[in-house]
Amino acid sequence: MIELISDNRCTGCNICVRVCPVNVFDIVEGAAPVIARQDACQTCFMCEAWCPEDAMYVSPQADAPAPVAEDELVRAGLLGSYRRQIGWTRESSDLRAADQSFKLLGGGPGR
Amino acid sequence: MAGKHAAPRGSANSGYEADVLVIGGGPAGTWAAVCAAQAGASVILADKGYCGSSGATAAAGTAVWYVDPDPQKRDAAMASRYDMGGRLADHGWMRRVLDRTWDGINTLADWGYPFPVDASGVSRRNSLQGPEYMRLMRKQVKQAGGKILDHHPVLELLRDEQGAVAGAAGVDRQRGGAWTVRAGAVVIATGGCAFLSRALGCNVLTGDGLLMAAELGAELSGMEFSNAYGISPEFGSVTKTLFYSWATFTDADGVPIPGAASKGGRSVIARELLRQKVYARLDLADEGTRQAMRAAQPNFFLPFDRSGIDPFTQRFPVTLRLEGTVRGTGGLRLTGPDCATTVPGLYAAGDAATREFICGGFTGGGSHNAAWAISSGSWAGAGAAAHAIHGRGRGRAAFAAGVAGLRGPGARAVDAAALVRAVQDEVMPFERNYFRTADVLAPSVARLDAQWHALRLAAPAAAVDLLATREAAAMLATSRWMYRSALARRETRGMHKRYDFLAQDAAQHHHLSAGGLDEVWVQPRALDGIKAQSATQTRLAA
Repeated sequence: MIELISDNRCTGCNICVRVCPVNVFDIVEGAAPVIARQDACQTCFMCEAWCPEDAMYVSPQADAPAPVAEDELVRAGLLGSYRRQIGWTRESSDLRAADQSFKLLGGGPGR
Repeated sequence: MAGKHAAPRGSANSGYEADVLVIGGGPAGTWAAVCAAQAGASVILADKGYCGSSGATAAAGTAVWYVDPDPQKRDAAMASRYDMGGRLADHGWMRRVLDRTWDGINTLADWGYPFPVDASGVSRRNSLQGPEYMRLMRKQVKQAGGKILDHHPVLELLRDEQGAVAGAAGVDRQRGGAWTVRAGAVVIATGGCAFLSRALGCNVLTGDGLLMAAELGAELSGMEFSNAYGISPEFGSVTKTLFYSWATFTDADGVPIPGAASKGGRSVIARELLRQKVYARLDLADEGTRQAMRAAQPNFFLPFDRSGIDPFTQRFPVTLRLEGTVRGTGGLRLTGPDCATTVPGLYAAGDAATREFICGGFTGGGSHNAAWAISSGSWAGAGAAAHAIHGRGRGRAAFAAGVAGLRGPGARAVDAAALVRAVQDEVMPFERNYFRTADVLAPSVARLDAQWHALRLAAPAAAVDLLATREAAAMLATSRWMYRSALARRETRGMHKRYDFLAQDAAQHHHLSAGGLDEVWVQPRALDGIKAQSATQTRLAA
C-alpha cells in the first residue's frame, strides 16, 4: 500500500491524485496531497511510476499498512526505483524497449 | 450528421452529448474510442479511475496473441488451447481476432510503441508493458478527438422508450456532482470482476458494466468460467503466473509438494493452502532466464526487492488471489461480429464481454485477453459509431435504468462494506469457487439471492455511498450469474471443474446464457459461431 508522499520532494503537481485508479489521495492547497484513503490502495505502483519527483513509495504489503522511514528508503535507493526500471526517467529511457518476454513466453524449465 | 473528428458537446452542468459513449478506459475502451472516432463519431470515454493507469493491463504487462500470418502458425495457434477451452471456441472468430490483433499491434508500432528488438534485429511484438501501452492509448484517444472524463464512474445507463440504450449517468468522484451523457450508442468496456481481491490493478474491476447492462436486459454468457486465481506472494499484489512455471512449490521445511505447479497443478496449491502455508522459489530459472524475467517484468520483482527476498534462491510464502472473470472467460453475450449485445445500441468489449469465442472456457494467460481487447474494442467502437450515426441519435427521451442500490422502498440503505464482505465470503474461498460441487454452490446461491432481495428492498444509498454501493451490487449480481451458471453446468469443461461431475459430458457441449436480476435464469445455447451470426447480420442489413 501507499505509505509515503515525501514533503521534501513533492512539488504539489497533483499528478498522483489524477492517476490513482482508486482515488486514494486528496488535494491540499499549497502542499503535498494527503493519503486520504489508504485502505482503498490496490498496490498497483502506478502513482510511483507517474510521479516526476520520485516522491512516493508503495510498500509491497498489499493487505495491511506497513509504515516506512523516508531516510531508509533514500539510502536503499528505493524512491523512484520502479520509474527507473520501466524506463520512465531521462537516464533510463532505453529500458522502455528492454522487454525480454519473447524469451520466456511459451517456455518453461527444460523446454 | 457527424464529420471527421466530430466533437462531443456540453458540460458537466448541462450534460454532455456524443454519438458514442465508451465506459471504461483500459485497452478495450481506448481501442473502442479510437475506432469510433476514426469512423466519424463524436466520442466520450468515461473512466471510473484514470484512463492510462486504470485496470488490469496498465499496472501489469501482458503477452499478446500476436501470431505471424503464416497459415501453419495460425492453425497451430488456434489449435493450441482449443481442447483446454472445452472446444467452445469458434474458428471464424479466432481467425478474425488473429487478423485484427496483428493489424492493431503493428499500428501500435506505427504510433511509437517501443517494441524490443532481438539479437537478430527482429522487432518482437508478442508482449506489451502495461504502463507504456496505456499511456500511449490515452494519447491516441485524445489525438483521435475523443473526450476523456477521468474519475467519472457511471452509476447507471439511460434507456429510451423502446428499451434501447440512450446514454449514462454518473458522478464526478473528485470534484463532486452528478453528470449525464446522452449518446446514440454505448460501449461497455468496464473489464471483468475480481471482487476487490487486490490482485494487481484489479480493484477497479467490480463488474459494474455487467450490472448496468443487465438492468437494460442484456444477457451474459459463460459465467461459469469465472474461477480464475492467480499466484502471488502471500503479502503482495503481483499476480504473474507465467514466472511460476520456473518455481518449486514446497512446505515450510522445503519439502516439495507433489503435483503443485503453476500450469496444471494450481488446484494442488489451492488444496494445500487450505491445510498449510505453501512456499515457492523460482529455482528452476537459469541465469539467462533470470535476466530475461527482470527485463520483461520489473513490477514482478518489486514485492521481493522491497522485502529483501531473492525469489530465485529464497523461499517465500504464496497465495492465490481471485481474478474471477478477469482471467476467466465469461461476460456479456455478443450477438454479432460488431460486438453488439442483446440491447439495441449497446456494445461490449474486452473482459466485460464473453471471450468464449476465442478461448472457450479457459484463457491460460493474458495473451488471448489482450488480443480480444484490441479486436473487440475496435469492432465495438466501429459498430457503435455506425449505430449512432445511422440511428435515431440523441434527440430521444432518456430514462434512468438502474435499480439496485439506487432505487428502493426501504427506510435504510445497505452497508456497502458489509455487502462486499458477504459476497467475498461466497466467491473467494477455494472450497467454494475452486472446488465446486452442488453441495457448496446451492447454499451460496441461496445466501447471495437473499442479499440481493435485501438490497432491492433497502433505501437508495446516500450520495457519498453511491459508488461503493453500486460496486457491491455489481459484485453481488456477478456472483449470482456465476454460481447459477456453475450449478447448471453439471460437468467439467474448461476452467470450470465440478468435483461432483469430474468428466466432460458431450451432451453439454454448448454455451450457457444467463441473465436476470431479481430472478436469475440460465439457459443452454447451441455453439454460435461467426458464420451463423454473419448470416443474421446479412439478413438484418438486407
